[in-house]
Order: sequence, then C-alpha cells, then structure tokens
Amino acid sequence: MKTDIILSGVGGQGILSIATVIGQAALANNLYIKQAEVHGMSQRGGDVQSNLRISDQPIASDLIALGQADVIISMEPLEALRYLPYLSKDGWIISSADPFVNIPNYPDIESVLAALRAHGNVKLIELDKIAKENNIARSANMILLGATAEFLGLGFEAIADSVRTVFGSKSEAVVEMNLRAIEIGRSFK
Amino acid sequence: MTNKKLLLGDQAIAQGALDAGLSGVYAYPGTPSTEITEYIQLSPQGRSGDVYCRWCTNEKTAMEAALGMSYAGKRALVCMKHVGMNVCADAFINSAVTGVNGGLVVLAADDPSMHSSQNEQDSRFYGKFAMIPILEPSSQQEAYDMMAYAFDLSEQLHEPVLMRVVTRLAHSRAVVGTAAVREQNPLNAPARSQNWVLLPAIARRRNKELIALQPDMNRHAANDGYNRYAEGTDRQLGIIACGIGYNYYMENYPQGAPHTVLKISQYPLPTDDIRRLADTCQSILVIEDGQPFVEEQLRGILPSKCKIKGRLTGELPRDGELTPDNVKAALGFASSQQNAPSDLVVARPPALCQGCGHRSVYEALNRIVEKLPEARVFGDIGCYTLGALPPYKAINSCVDMGASITMAKGAADAGVFPAIAVIGDSTFTHSGMTGLLDAVNCNSPITVIISDNLTTAMTGGQDSAGTNKFEAICLGLGVDKEHLHVVNPLPQNMDEITRIMEREFNYKGLSVIIPRRECIQTLSRKAKQKNNK
Repeated sequence: MKTDIILSGVGGQGILSIATVIGQAALANNLYIKQAEVHGMSQRGGDVQSNLRISDQPIASDLIALGQADVIISMEPLEALRYLPYLSKDGWIISSADPFVNIPNYPDIESVLAALRAHGNVKLIELDKIAKENNIARSANMILLGATAEFLGLGFEAIADSVRTVFGSKSEAVVEMNLRAIEIGRSFK
Repeated sequence: MTNKKLLLGDQAIAQGALDAGLSGVYAYPGTPSTEITEYIQLSPQGRSGDVYCRWCTNEKTAMEAALGMSYAGKRALVCMKHVGMNVCADAFINSAVTGVNGGLVVLAADDPSMHSSQNEQDSRFYGKFAMIPILEPSSQQEAYDMMAYAFDLSEQLHEPVLMRVVTRLAHSRAVVGTAAVREQNPLNAPARSQNWVLLPAIARRRNKELIALQPDMNRHAANDGYNRYAEGTDRQLGIIACGIGYNYYMENYPQGAPHTVLKISQYPLPTDDIRRLADTCQSILVIEDGQPFVEEQLRGILPSKCKIKGRLTGELPRDGELTPDNVKAALGFASSQQNAPSDLVVARPPALCQGCGHRSVYEALNRIVEKLPEARVFGDIGCYTLGALPPYKAINSCVDMGASITMAKGAADAGVFPAIAVIGDSTFTHSGMTGLLDAVNCNSPITVIISDNLTTAMTGGQDSAGTNKFEAICLGLGVDKEHLHVVNPLPQNMDEITRIMEREFNYKGLSVIIPRRECIQTLSRKAKQKNNK
C-alpha cells in the first residue's frame, strides 16, 4: 500500500496532531513514513500544511508531487482548495466546512464549498457544530481524522490504537474524548 | 539492538549527537535548526545536566563556546540557521586554523525558498571557504548515522566538520533506527597547545598544515561511504545528486535508476568519481538544493566535452528549493494530470497574534509617526517584522539581526529625523547592544524601541538572554536615564505610551523605550501546563 496525504489548515488548528496520530499508527504497523511539516513564521495564523506519505515500500521524496495526493485532509475549506492541484484525479478531500476568516479578502464561502464539491470525491463536515454538540470542541481535529480513516489504508483500529498511544501520556479522560471524536468522525457519511 | 523512533531530521541529528558521546550543544534559535537543541534539552542527558544545552546569546558566542569545549577535549555541537553562519563566521573560519581537540561539528540548516528567512545562502560555500569536510545527509537515518561519523572524522583530522541540511530534511519526519551510545570523552589538553594561539607566525604554519590536510579530506570523501557511485545502463545522461536531491531523483524510478548516479553527501567533491561519470555519459544533470555549488565547480570557465545541466542552464530553476515536480521536469517527465489552481484561493499571510504586545506598540507608533512625515522606522528580525504587513505597515526595513539600531543611527547621521528602531528583546541581546553603544557614544538622535515579550517568540518561545536585564544593560551602556522608559503595552495604556513616544521621537538625542509584556503564546502555554497539573 501507499497513501500520500496532504494535511492543511491555519496555524494553531491542530493539523500536526492529526499527522502525529497517523504517523504513530504507521510506525506501529511497520510502514515507511515521511512527513514534511512547516514550522516557523507561518504558524502565526498563516496557512500551514504537511505532506504525509506512508507506504509498505521505502519512500524517496519527503514531498508529494502535483497530482499525486490520495487524500487532502483539511481543517479549513479555503486551505483544502489551496492544495487541489496536488490531488490525484480520483483522490478524496475530507475537509471542515467551517471557514476560518482572519484575512480581509476571504472569498465567498459558498463559492469555496462549491469549488470543493465540484471535485466529486468530497466530504465536507460542519466540524464546529458537531464538536460542540458532542461537547468535544477541543477534539475537532480528531473528528476530522475519524472521517478520513477509510482512506488512509491503515484500518480504523490502527488509528484508535494510535490515539491511545499518542494521548496516553495525558489522561484517560483525554484518551476517551479523542476515541469518541474519531468514532463520531467515522460515522459521518 | 536498534531502537526505532519517528524523528524529525533535526531530532535525528540531536539523537545522533547524544549517542555519539556529545558533551555540549551550543546554539541560538533559528528556523529550521531550533528543534535540534530543544530535543537535547528535553532528553534525559539534557535534563540531568550530563550534556550542556542552554541557549546562547548569538551564534558567535555559541561557536566560540563550542570551540572551548573542544579545546578541553570534549565533543561539542553548534547549531544554527544558515544566516547564523554569517554571525559566527569569524570564529568558524578560524576554528579550521586552530584545529580542534574534542570532535566539533557545526550544523547549518539552510532554508532554500526562504520559508522563514531573508536569503537563501548555501552553507556549503562556508565549508569550502574554511577548507573543512562537509556532510549533507539525504535522509533522517543518514543524518543520525552521520553524527557519529562526523565526530570521529573531526577527531581524526583535528578539524571541525560542517554538516549542512535544508528545511525539507530538518522539518520532515521518518523512522530512524538508533545505535549504541558512546561514552563522553574525558577532559584532556590539546596535544599541540601552541596551535590555539593564532599569532601570524603560528597562523601561517597552521594554514599550511590545513592545506596539507586536504588530500586526507579528499580521501575520506572518496572512500568512507557517504558518496556512492551506482552504474546504470543509460549512457545519455549521468546524474550527480546531492543531499535530498537524490530523493527527488529516485522518486521517479521506484523500480531502480536507469542512469549512472553519483550520490553526493560528503565534500570535498569526489573528483575521480566525477571524472569517471563524465567519461561514460554525454551529459550530466546536477541536482542540488540551494545554490549551484557543485555545478559551478564542475563547469569552470573553459569548455568540457561533457555537457553539464542544472540550475545554471535552466533545466532546474535558478532559485528556490528543489521539489519532486521541478526535478521530474528536469528529467524530461510530464507532470501528472492535475486540477487547475482555483481562482478563489488567496494568500493567508502570517500575522501577529491577537493580544500580542507588539500590536499595541505598532498602534502607538503609527499614531505618532502619522504626524511626523519625515520619520523612518527601521525594523529587525522577529515576530514584530510582521509589523511591515497590513494593517500596520509600520516598518521601513528588515535586514539582519540588530540592523534596526545601526541603520537608524546611519540614517540619522545622514540627516533623517526622527529615525526610530524597533527591535525585540532577544534580537537586542543577540546583536543590538553593540550598535546601541555606537549610538550612545554619538548621542545619536534616534529612538530605540526594545519590544520585550520576555522570550524568543518567533522560533517558539525559547529563553531570551537578556530577560530582566534590559534597563541595566541600557544604563550600563550609557543611555541617559531621563530618556529610558519602560511601559506596559496594553490598550488601556495607549495614551501614556503615545505621549512618551511623541516626546522621545522629537528629542534630539538618544532615547530608549522598552514596552514589556509577556508573549501571548508563552503565557497561554504556561496556563495550559498549570491546568494540566
């Protein structure tokens, strides 16, 4: 198997935590991993992205070529749209539908969502609403991860095990909250 | 026996150094190098104090302290971003002339495409300039393995070794297998203590010895295994791929490379291999991240029978980092079918955080500067450089660490008034203090605003060398206490701050204003940690 994933969002939205959980799951399954991150200036409310590649064969490049990504996982719809040229023809977009407006020229959100839907293989999730309804606002990123589980080639249980490992150092309550979040995300159709 | 870990390139370097018997890391934070020192600080050896790992005031103090540790016989690592090499260049170049005792590795993290930098200088030039070996890993595992090799090589040659990485290796994770841990070196005196006294007569001898060492360095680069020559069947094109350039090349050939490939991860360049490649191929494509360092050496000025392709001939772009796409194109492959970029996509530049003290500083500054059309504001390097962007558009320059103060002074010397400098606390101690002394000595009519957020914020909140010392430093340098002010940049204090700024901007002498409020990022992190307890 080989899955090329682009994670995107705005600095502070928790995309690197999603990457950590997927990376840990891949590590536990003895897969090869390359995960390029962005640190530094752009983390101050700018656009951030991470290229995450997992495979059962050795991986050469840390970066994904244009038109090659299997999945875009995005915490923000405009940021999902930004990386569309990297998505393969039959790749999937799993994105939050909630705009993060911190620029004066943010485009019309309905147009952004329509442009994403035009791709076909799209799941747009009202992440804020679902997270609040379930009282897990801090785990919105894990809901999104749960919704991507079927596209990662890892299996849902591997993701759940990784959540236990990654959040295990915090507290049982944090682990439970995040397990619930990925379960909620998984049930989203 | 190996232990597998998922590590950033930076973390692999740090773990490699720890496992190679490191005794101290010396660094000033700088993207993309910061995580090396942070990893060592959080390691068991760092926490227990077995490995020295406190932040330094700047890259020059870091380089010199590491050289001192090497003098004492122990293994030391110096880490910095590429422009830090400029700051420590004096000590760095001279460390090749003194030579070393304990192993000394200098790690420069270059930032092609300038993700978080003001230029894209290639640190390999510094290694060549100093006439020392350079290592350039292509993977996180290689970065780990190379640290032990680099320290051994440094001790064999009695010379520092430069390791050069780029952002995409420093900030990319992969699984790394670790090896057994080596003991630290005992304290020991340098065998030839005279080498360390670079009086001209000794320096001339040492320079000849350094030149005489070059064949040894060449032999190591040719034979020790970090450069690899792999024969291919295609005789049209040969490949020279440096560092991570090798990965972008291999990405195109999952079933194996058709070309003869010389993979370069160690310098001086392996000249025999390069000649062999040129003899067997009609042309050579040089794939290197950063500037055309290898390509220029190959090309020279006079024509050669082998055609050399690369950044200078347009097969690869002249600037910017390598990507899988531009390497693919250089190899003649069409790009994959892809979606067109959407017209809706607009840039989302970084911005100062909500609640950041720098915001209040710029709001106050702009209120006064509006009334002073002749005023010029010289900025510096840090989060507050974002004050150049809307909505503030408050600074007229950003050049290098500390330049705000000295540029304001030079502009004032030329007749600009008022000339205002805006500098952060960590940048001030890094390279601003000496400039302030120049201004004090001339009573230059400038105002220096030291926007103090009690941390090195841009790189993620590392300790700032001058915390709690700024008034004492300014007074000690000779700033008039009548013109030294400390304010708290909160919205409710705006009237007081603007009043002080207005008075001092119009004062025909040197003044310093220190707006001080903790970085909102470090503050909320501390609150979170408290809640978790």
